[in-house]
Amino acid sequence: MNAPLVVFFFLAAIAILGAISLILQRHPIHSALSLIVVMVALAGLYLLMGAEFVAAVQIIVYGGAIMVLFIFVIMLLNAGVEERTNMSKMAGWAGLPLAIALMGFLAAAVARSTDRVQAVAQSGATAPTKVVAGLLFQEFVYPFELTSFLILVAIIGAIVLAQREKQ
Amino acid sequence: MPILDNLWIIPLLPLLGSAINGLFGGKWPNNIVNSVAVGSTGLSFACALEAVREFSQLPPDQIPFVKQFFTWIAAGTFRAGFDLQVDQLTVVMLLVVTGVGWLIHIYATGYMAHEGGYYRFFSYLNLFMFFMLLLVLAANYVLLFVGWEGVGLCSYLLVGFYFLRKSAADAGKKAFIVNRIGDFGFMLGMFLLFKTFGTLDFVPMFAKAVPMPADAMGQMGTLTVACLLLFVGATGKSAQLPLYVWLPDAMEGPTPVSALIHAATMVTAGVYVVARSHVLFMRAPSAMLVVAIIGCATALFAATIGLVQTDIKKVLAYSTVSQLGYMFLACGVGAFSAGIFHLMTHAFFKALLFLAAGSVIHAMGGEQDMLKMGGLSKKIKWTYITMLTATLAIAGFPPLAGFFSKDAILLNAFQSENGGHFLYAVGLFTALLTSFYMFRLIFLTFFGKQRYDEHHVHVHESPKSMLVPLMILAVLSLVGGWLAAPAFWGAPDYFAKFLEPVFAQGGGAESAAAEAAAHALEMPLAIVAVITATLGLGIAYWLYISKPAKPAELAKSMKGAYTTLFHKYYVDELYAAVVVKPLLWLSTKVLWQTVDVRMIDGAVNGVAYGATEVGDNVRHAQSGNTRSYAVWVVIGALVVIAIVFWPYLKPAAVGMVR
Amino acid sequence: MIPAHYYLVLSAILFGLGVVAFIFRRNIITIFMSIELMLNAVNLAFVAFSQAWNRLDGQVFVLFVIVVAAAEAAVGLGIIILIQRNRQSLNVERVDLLKL
Repeated sequence: MNAPLVVFFFLAAIAILGAISLILQRHPIHSALSLIVVMVALAGLYLLMGAEFVAAVQIIVYGGAIMVLFIFVIMLLNAGVEERTNMSKMAGWAGLPLAIALMGFLAAAVARSTDRVQAVAQSGATAPTKVVAGLLFQEFVYPFELTSFLILVAIIGAIVLAQREKQ
Repeated sequence: MPILDNLWIIPLLPLLGSAINGLFGGKWPNNIVNSVAVGSTGLSFACALEAVREFSQLPPDQIPFVKQFFTWIAAGTFRAGFDLQVDQLTVVMLLVVTGVGWLIHIYATGYMAHEGGYYRFFSYLNLFMFFMLLLVLAANYVLLFVGWEGVGLCSYLLVGFYFLRKSAADAGKKAFIVNRIGDFGFMLGMFLLFKTFGTLDFVPMFAKAVPMPADAMGQMGTLTVACLLLFVGATGKSAQLPLYVWLPDAMEGPTPVSALIHAATMVTAGVYVVARSHVLFMRAPSAMLVVAIIGCATALFAATIGLVQTDIKKVLAYSTVSQLGYMFLACGVGAFSAGIFHLMTHAFFKALLFLAAGSVIHAMGGEQDMLKMGGLSKKIKWTYITMLTATLAIAGFPPLAGFFSKDAILLNAFQSENGGHFLYAVGLFTALLTSFYMFRLIFLTFFGKQRYDEHHVHVHESPKSMLVPLMILAVLSLVGGWLAAPAFWGAPDYFAKFLEPVFAQGGGAESAAAEAAAHALEMPLAIVAVITATLGLGIAYWLYISKPAKPAELAKSMKGAYTTLFHKYYVDELYAAVVVKPLLWLSTKVLWQTVDVRMIDGAVNGVAYGATEVGDNVRHAQSGNTRSYAVWVVIGALVVIAIVFWPYLKPAAVGMVR
Repeated sequence: MIPAHYYLVLSAILFGLGVVAFIFRRNIITIFMSIELMLNAVNLAFVAFSQAWNRLDGQVFVLFVIVVAAAEAAVGLGIIILIQRNRQSLNVERVDLLKL
């Protein structure tokens, strides 16, 4: 049992606990905070794998911007504790087994294909930001420009949606 | 040879008359319809006479004279053409059909004068003549079958002429359907013959058949089976056991129809076919024996029923069935020319009997029950005289026609192998019964007490248009047999000699010794026949003139036998129970209610119902509830994952199952 | 050296938990957050593969996923605000106008 493995299991445990907390919390704000915990744990895992740039972006953008946005909206809408309605029979009965089956399938598929996937992912080989940037602006420049356009559209959409009705 | 080269004109003339009357006759007065109908038939008769004259001048190597007009069916190697042929047999049939047919047309103008649908009647009657002429002139089985079916159709139309009467409509249907059963056998026979010989034309087929070896007795060779199948058709058309049941019911039609179709022409088509196919029959002894036995049995069977019937036309109907049995008996023992001879004489006296009966019915204002007649001999003298002539002929008194023809048949029956004596005995007994019931008819109708009310029934003699044909037919009944008479005193039998070229082809020529034996037997057998006929007359006289009360007593004392005979051995009831009822049950319960309603309609309606049900149940998936939609998405995702990752999941799934 | 499939199994578990949250929570915002959780799980898988195959395309893809998630969050939260305004409730089961 070496150090990276311990760190991995620690971070994995945090991530899973955070996800479970997301499911079980009654107030949305608590769920949001649980999600932030998950994201931070994932950032740690990225670092463990040597993907520094991705880890940084995860914290800054995901944790710092998107989740803050979520919390703003929760506060704006004054979302309270969730009601206890249950109008969907199917979701109530079939949902859990199916989700577990999904998890199981994926996990099983992964676990059984160990011979196909190279057992790499060490903390040794880092991914230099320079190389990532190079890829981003050379091979993937077209999608990159498109995403900026996408953001523009999202901004306009958000503004239009949130406008107050004209009196 | 103007007529012989254009033989088609003989059948075409009545067809034209039928079409004209059918299309335009509705608006015309009776006498125009008359002239068209009688004229076309008369012209056809004249052409037939001319054709016979030209035929008599043909050299023997051109006989049979076949003329091909156009090809009707040409399929592969098979050819069926509109070919007409004339040989001696055709001459006899042609003259009988056109001659007697013309006389009956004339009679019908008087008989049907006051009936509705006058033009329709003559249209159908002419149509019948067309088909019958097609039948006798045909040079191949296919064209013959066209005529065969056509006369069946006309029989249906004419028997059901008074279609507003249910019994008449039913009788028409019965005639057609029972005929159809026979036709099925006929068609199977035709198919078998085609398969064996490759052609259905008479001349080539019989030429191919002559060198073929005969089937042994009891062996079901090809020829035997084919002949039996053709005979099945003949039993249907010529009302033999077991398909005779339609003929008595066919008396629902007007009397001229009974005379023409059910006495003189259509019912003889079966005999004609057997005679025409004699080459095949001579090579199938089992089939010939069957023909003889059925003919003999039918003759006896029908005669016994005729003993107790009270409707004048029904008696004549059963008499027809019985006499047809004689004709088949003759063919069955190989005496084809005797059978055809009896066909000809029977046409004369049976048509006369029916027409005279029609005259009686006309005189009695529509009454057909003999028990309500009586003492008519003085009142309708000419009808009485002609009917008496016909009765003497059918009973077989010399020198009338029936004596010679019946005698020829009985002689040949006596001489045949395979139980000839037994056939002769039955035939003789039937002759006794024939004489008895025919004279019973005469005595009940024309003699005795007057059993009707004079105030209601105004008895009057029939008009000349009806009487003249009666008289012509009476003369023919008298002299018609004299063509064969000379055989009695050693001179040749002209009729048989005339037909010899036709029937000799099959190898039916007798040896000299057999001929001598025949001559020796003829006189004694003839005397026996005359004694039998007189005996029948005597018994009838005793029962109906001397002791009029006796028949009722006898009927009471032999109640069981009497009832059975009166109800025609319950054959109709038997057929209804065994054939008709199961068929109706099958059609109703099985084919209609189960297959059509439940299965086919059920399947179609079921599909619609199923679609509705499915829609009804599936719509619950669209609940508007996002969470259940999410579950559906997960299910879909699971399916896709399972499909994509199956190679990896399989060991796990297998392990879990185990 | 941590084998890649450890990360993949974790990713699968996180994804499954996200699905469970999606199915069982009734608050729209919470459901939205579960979607973000699922996206994160997928990101983890991408990065794991990118390190396994020693190509950096996976990480570039992760960046794009994050950008798209951001845009989607913006617009989606706008829609949620509207729903709150119109239905006065954040319970997803009250939004069932598509019911047959």
